[in-house]
Amino acid sequence: MTQTATAQQTDIRPFRVNFSAADVADLRRRVKATKWPERETVNDASQGVQFSTTQKLANYWATDYDWSKCEAKLKALPHFITEIDGLDIHFIHVKSKHPNALPIIVTHGWPGSVIEQLKIIGPLTDPTAYGGSASDAFDIVIPSLPGYGFTAKTKAPGWDVPRISRAWITLMKRLGYTRFVAQGGDWGNAISEVMGLIAPSELLAISTNMPATVPAEISAAMAAGGPPPAGLTPDELNAWKQLDFFYKKGLGYANEMGLRPQTLYALADSPVGLAAWILDHDSQSYDLIVRVFDGVPEGLTRDDILDNITFYWLTNTAVSSARLYWEARQTPSKGGFFDVRGVKIPVSVTVFPNEIYAAPETWAKRAYSNLIYFKRHDKGTHFAAWEQPAYLTADLRESFRSFR
Amino acid sequence: MNRVWPLLLLALPCYSQMTQVPTPPATNTSIVPFHVQIPQAQIDDLRRRLAATRWPDKETVADASQGAQLARMQELVRYWGTGYDWRKAEAKLNALPQFTTNIDGVDIHFIHVKSKEKNALPLIVTHGWPGSVIEQLKIIDPLTNPTAHGGSAADAFDVVIPSLPGYGFSGHPSGPGWDPTHIARAWGELMNRLGYTRYVAQGGDWGSPISSEMARQKVAGLLGIHINLPAAVPPEVSAALARGLPPPDELSEKERAAFETSKAIGKTGALTYFAMMTARPQAVGYGVTDSPAGLAGWILVHPGFAKWAYGAEPAQPLTKDDVLDDITLYWLTNTATSSARLYWENGGRGATSPTAWKTSEISLPVAITIFGEDAYRPPETWARRAYPSLAYFHEVAKGGHFAAWEQPELFASELRAAFKQFRGQQ
Repeated sequence: MTQTATAQQTDIRPFRVNFSAADVADLRRRVKATKWPERETVNDASQGVQFSTTQKLANYWATDYDWSKCEAKLKALPHFITEIDGLDIHFIHVKSKHPNALPIIVTHGWPGSVIEQLKIIGPLTDPTAYGGSASDAFDIVIPSLPGYGFTAKTKAPGWDVPRISRAWITLMKRLGYTRFVAQGGDWGNAISEVMGLIAPSELLAISTNMPATVPAEISAAMAAGGPPPAGLTPDELNAWKQLDFFYKKGLGYANEMGLRPQTLYALADSPVGLAAWILDHDSQSYDLIVRVFDGVPEGLTRDDILDNITFYWLTNTAVSSARLYWEARQTPSKGGFFDVRGVKIPVSVTVFPNEIYAAPETWAKRAYSNLIYFKRHDKGTHFAAWEQPAYLTADLRESFRSFR
Repeated sequence: MNRVWPLLLLALPCYSQMTQVPTPPATNTSIVPFHVQIPQAQIDDLRRRLAATRWPDKETVADASQGAQLARMQELVRYWGTGYDWRKAEAKLNALPQFTTNIDGVDIHFIHVKSKEKNALPLIVTHGWPGSVIEQLKIIDPLTNPTAHGGSAADAFDVVIPSLPGYGFSGHPSGPGWDPTHIARAWGELMNRLGYTRYVAQGGDWGSPISSEMARQKVAGLLGIHINLPAAVPPEVSAALARGLPPPDELSEKERAAFETSKAIGKTGALTYFAMMTARPQAVGYGVTDSPAGLAGWILVHPGFAKWAYGAEPAQPLTKDDVLDDITLYWLTNTATSSARLYWENGGRGATSPTAWKTSEISLPVAITIFGEDAYRPPETWARRAYPSLAYFHEVAKGGHFAAWEQPELFASELRAAFKQFRGQQ
């Protein structure tokens, strides 16, 4: 691949983070000028993101929220751009000071971004400062997906999960890594798993916090609309109930983005519209965010939540990011997002109880013929690295020890 | 409820009638004249927002398969913000007698035009989403004044055109419960309040299940209905479509064609707005309430607009002004979210499912016109199975999902033919 490419095309160029003050001021102006619908007609979240939470978010966003703090955090990290397969890919690349650090590529999903991964950079690259030993060190690569963050927006169809997975392998090789691991949840899981299916010799193992483990007979029973099959364990029954809710009530956003992403003009033009659409992602992370804006300290802060939304806004990536769902629909797939893909390389699974579904260990064992690690935590929702960085860090150190 | 009320007042746009006339108590059955008068500040604000639209990047395909295309949207929004004049639509509305009356706690807005002809047949016409009373304006004269439109005096109708709860100038329900079944009951009350003891009902889109429900409930005075979005897909066909199975073996050629069309609609995602508004109207609502361009993009995703060329095809009946009148009405009345809530209220009942709407229980005469440019064109065999009391079935070449809006004369002549059976039975 690199033999035919010119030096210029495979260049890794330093990237400087810079946001225009005018864009930040325009955002605040728009939030203040929001035209609101009336309150929902029910006293719960069954009609979607509730009015009072959205107003609390908007009030904070328009007044005390300070984007420059997040911008400073981003600026403190080494950013790069490199062109892969015709598209400029942005990534953060932090090398450990420790020798023999294990290279890891960590992939975000929707509605996430590199903002989700910032908290694990220190613990992974500088373990001795975060309760680990020098032998736990990772070199970390955190790319922005095509159409997300600082990566270029796609101009033609084709950037689906397999293509991104191939690009990530190219990226790691281009960085000179001959032995590396991959981690992800959400789209990051799909990409890490497909990297695992491609199974280049350099990829030693993957870690996932949103594993696709649903057995075929379970998917079929659910698609048929029947009751859960007899004989499920309590964990399996819990997963069934979570999935049933998701497929019946929780997939609206994904269908919309999968079929008509360009229809979402409102998300490019209305910051509060964008925020509500992002908060709507899944009911359990939504509940957590509601509590955060009610003043209950949990895994995320108000600033965390608004840093990510503001990053989407300032990069104007609401529609370009939604397009990944459309891409995924272009290739007929055998099953749902959570259906077993058949990864044979070593897999480490981290389960959070309030993920869209909490994968049971029984299913994970069937899904991954080489399951090297399985850990179910006592708390946590969809955004592992962002919300529970200590848990994820501990799992990554533990599960990849044998590859050092 | 009281806790909600102050927020609701803040969110409501201030058209003069609604701010000057206090809401009548629920027991008040008075009928209050209504006049549209949007404050200039709201129109200026709309233009300001349109000029300040922040756009996403262009779609990555050369067609509308990812949604309304950027270049067309930009051109439409440019015209909306500079050339388009809402006051013309307002004048058209104000040239008609409009009223509000409180039914079950919600102010229902309606246009009510009586024919000058004697023995005119009263008719209530119900719009759907993303429609409004704007859709029905062109049929008023042909229906109420048939002699000026190729009909005879005996074809005359008195026309009542309500705005659905949460739509246009009707009030926004502040609690749950306003599903098509409830609206059907309210329409019966409205016609009763107007003193009509023998009348007919018509509807497409949401107007179709609402009219069907009126017939199923046999609301007092209703003689029969005409619908142009019949719930006629047989259960075994729906099941095959839902599961991605091949068409059932016994389908005729025409039925098979309808099957394939439905399948194609499902695949292209034309109905994705249905799923989203059913599941979480309040999530979609914020963006389309705050961004007029976003509202336009969301409305234009409706399959009824799939072939609309944004006014670039002179042969197409809907002009840019027609469509912008409708979208601007949604904007100025701040009804993007409240209108979406009807899908949530409906709870996912498919508009085309006879089971969902219990059409077999309807005994009043049902008339159906299939308009040839509508994507959904169920064959007569399906309609007969779904509606045992089918009294009229006619396929016409022209007209699409918004038949009254697109082909008002044809639409009016269909209603004349369909309802002829109820004339002269005084």
